[in-house]
Amino acid sequence: MIRTEEMLLNVGPQHPSTHGVFRLVLKIDGEIIVEAKPVIGYLHRGTEKLAEDLQYTQIIPYTDRMDYVSAMTNNYVIVHAVETMMGLQVPERAEYLRILAMELNRVASHLLWWGTFILDFGATSPLLYAFRDREMILNLLNELSGARLTFNYMRVGGVKWDAPEGWIEKVADFVPYLRGQLKGYHQLVSGNEIFLNRTKNIGTYSKEDAINYSLSGPNLRSTGVKWDLRKDEPYSIYDRFDFDVVTREEGDALARYHVRMGEIVESLKIIEQAVQQFPKDGEIIAKVPKIIKAPKGEAFVRIEGSRGEIGCYISSDGKKEPYRLKFRRPSFYNLQILPKLLEGESISNLIAILGAVDIVLGEVDG
Amino acid sequence: MSGEKDLEQIKREAAQKAKELAKQRQAAKQAGEGNDPKEVADKVAEPEVKETETKAEAPAGEDAELAKKKAAAAAKAKAAALAKMKANAQSEEAQEPKKEVSAPVEGQDAELAKKKAAAAAKAKAAALAKMKATGQVEENAEVETPAATEASAGDDDDLAKKKAAAVAKAKAAAAAKRKAQAEAGGEADAPAGDDDDLAKKKAAAVAKAKAAAAAKRKAQEAGGGADASTGDDDDLAKKKAAAVAKAKAAAAAKAKAAAGGGSADDEKAKAIAAAKAKAAAAAKAKAAAGAKAGAEEPVEEKKPSPNQPYLDKYVKAITDNLGDDILEDSYINSLSKDVPTLVAKKESYYRLAEFLKYNELLGFDYLSELHGTDFQTHMEVYVHLYSYKNRQSVALKVKLDRDAPVTKSVQPLWAGADWPECEAYDLLGIKFEGHPNLHRIMLGEDWVGHPLRKDYEPYDVEV
Repeated sequence: MIRTEEMLLNVGPQHPSTHGVFRLVLKIDGEIIVEAKPVIGYLHRGTEKLAEDLQYTQIIPYTDRMDYVSAMTNNYVIVHAVETMMGLQVPERAEYLRILAMELNRVASHLLWWGTFILDFGATSPLLYAFRDREMILNLLNELSGARLTFNYMRVGGVKWDAPEGWIEKVADFVPYLRGQLKGYHQLVSGNEIFLNRTKNIGTYSKEDAINYSLSGPNLRSTGVKWDLRKDEPYSIYDRFDFDVVTREEGDALARYHVRMGEIVESLKIIEQAVQQFPKDGEIIAKVPKIIKAPKGEAFVRIEGSRGEIGCYISSDGKKEPYRLKFRRPSFYNLQILPKLLEGESISNLIAILGAVDIVLGEVDG
Repeated sequence: MSGEKDLEQIKREAAQKAKELAKQRQAAKQAGEGNDPKEVADKVAEPEVKETETKAEAPAGEDAELAKKKAAAAAKAKAAALAKMKANAQSEEAQEPKKEVSAPVEGQDAELAKKKAAAAAKAKAAALAKMKATGQVEENAEVETPAATEASAGDDDDLAKKKAAAVAKAKAAAAAKRKAQAEAGGEADAPAGDDDDLAKKKAAAVAKAKAAAAAKRKAQEAGGGADASTGDDDDLAKKKAAAVAKAKAAAAAKAKAAAGGGSADDEKAKAIAAAKAKAAAAAKAKAAAGAKAGAEEPVEEKKPSPNQPYLDKYVKAITDNLGDDILEDSYINSLSKDVPTLVAKKESYYRLAEFLKYNELLGFDYLSELHGTDFQTHMEVYVHLYSYKNRQSVALKVKLDRDAPVTKSVQPLWAGADWPECEAYDLLGIKFEGHPNLHRIMLGEDWVGHPLRKDYEPYDVEV
């Protein structure tokens, strides 16, 4: 007879497949996880505390460092919150530049996830393809904002820089290119038997669980909830574009994979339309006071980031700094379901389940 | 064993220390409020205002021209005092011309008054420029906006308002001019163009003084035959008197300081003058605001929010099922995309949350966000809920006692509230009763204090 006993296994905080500094304390019985306890906070920089002493424009670079893989959407949420409070009208051209930047960034973020997720299973070459194509997007965003990751591109009332000459054409050329590449991605990975074995029916949760645990983004849509803030509570000019909300019914890791791959296609659709509609000229920033002051009161806005709902709560007492600033960080909420998913799972599925949640630790820890 | 005890001890001591520090700070703050410059100014200014009121009446009988000039001079002096207050510590150069200001109030000679006004204006310009150089551009922006609005709301009948608007306008114009000059001048001009700059500034100041004088004249004309100081227009007289009193006080303080020579005396005098100027300015602003509000009030009419029916529906469902003792308040938050907002009473927060989730009509099944805020008077928990069934949002808030913020956890209702409640506990010290695992999720269990509280003092063992 085999005698087993419980033991503790510590994963992280430094572990390549935690994609950052994230620690898991596992209680295992043989190869079965009995209990998982996530430990976070290693990357907590007190952004919200710091923001209380900063002017609104000065806070924008801090948002770059929360979800550093998808900084454009983070940039957007803070300026959107302030604009909502001030009732600012953003110029057309700025709106289009924002949309292009955000959607390109979303594609880059999903590509990075795609490459690293498959790398976690031991397949190294897809990562190289993903990074090659992501690099092209980073170059585009670099031309636009002057930075590859921490863009600091949005401003209250518009954007910091206009598109350089020929940039729009480059974006237009990129769309068909990536569409072609995506076919290759699917050929390479999506039908691969090892990949399917490791993702199908792994880390499954129901629609009710997803809602109960406050999941959002692809994690929520993989259970069949057709919910996308770009579509359902349109902000900016998303109501002008024709795109679908990708959903899957299965709720497993493979469903999340397909939702993200589908979202790349939808983002490309939006980019294509935005390029066609892009206004020839116009202002890139609205007329705003030199010192931005949100009116007295409070506001909470939420937008659809690459990983789910990014929210921003501002409580203002009419000064140039927020009285209290709070970010709803999707990774922080999405990670909560992890202990429940891991309970009773084989330890070999741990990495697939964690990888499919798609977390960025800068965002988890705030 | 003893090590653990030591740690406990250290923690307790640290907590004690932080608390004491906070208390001290609060005490200091309260003491500071007691010394509020406005109050001091009120106390000091009171008798003088009366005195000068009688004085201000005197010129009425005299030459109108003289009175006008005097008033202008007084206004200038006031402005100078204000600027001084702002420039505060580094205004040694500005002090020079300010000493001359001491006389203008008593000055009967028109020539003298004129000269003095010019001097004061100059001083003010210098102070302003300095202020700007230190990076307080903001003030200018603030001056500009009220000027614009007040000017547009111009009411012929309201003398005081008009005057204020005209003065503000002149000020704004001068500021703008100066700004433009500064920008045009650039850095290259700086070393050589010192004199040039000064001249320009002087010109601007003169223009300003002129504008102010013109405004005054106009205001007086608008007043018609009624002489301002005979008491027909009480407001004008009072304001004038106040301005005069202020200028006088500033001058007196200056003189005293100059005579005493001691830096402590100087500072005190300066502080008193500044306080007085501030109080007067506040009164003026209040008057202007009042006048403006009176003019604009009927124009603004709010459109009902498209979300109003939803709010009504929620409130009705709540009162029908739970009684009227649940809600403290309910409103549409127009700043936050018109989200219906419910403020629960402390003791009924959980019941309301439960109702919002399970009621058939409402069905708020998704918790989008939960966090706390330290509002200093109270602690607040903000919850943003969403119903996927009805596609509707609601914000739920509850105000807690700041010293012992405790509420029931909503984690049993929405599993997604687990970590956010831990975060609120960690950073703000709000305790959630019934939470299965309330712990310091970000900072770690050995952290002392709750950083997002406004009275937080960082604690470091080594300091």
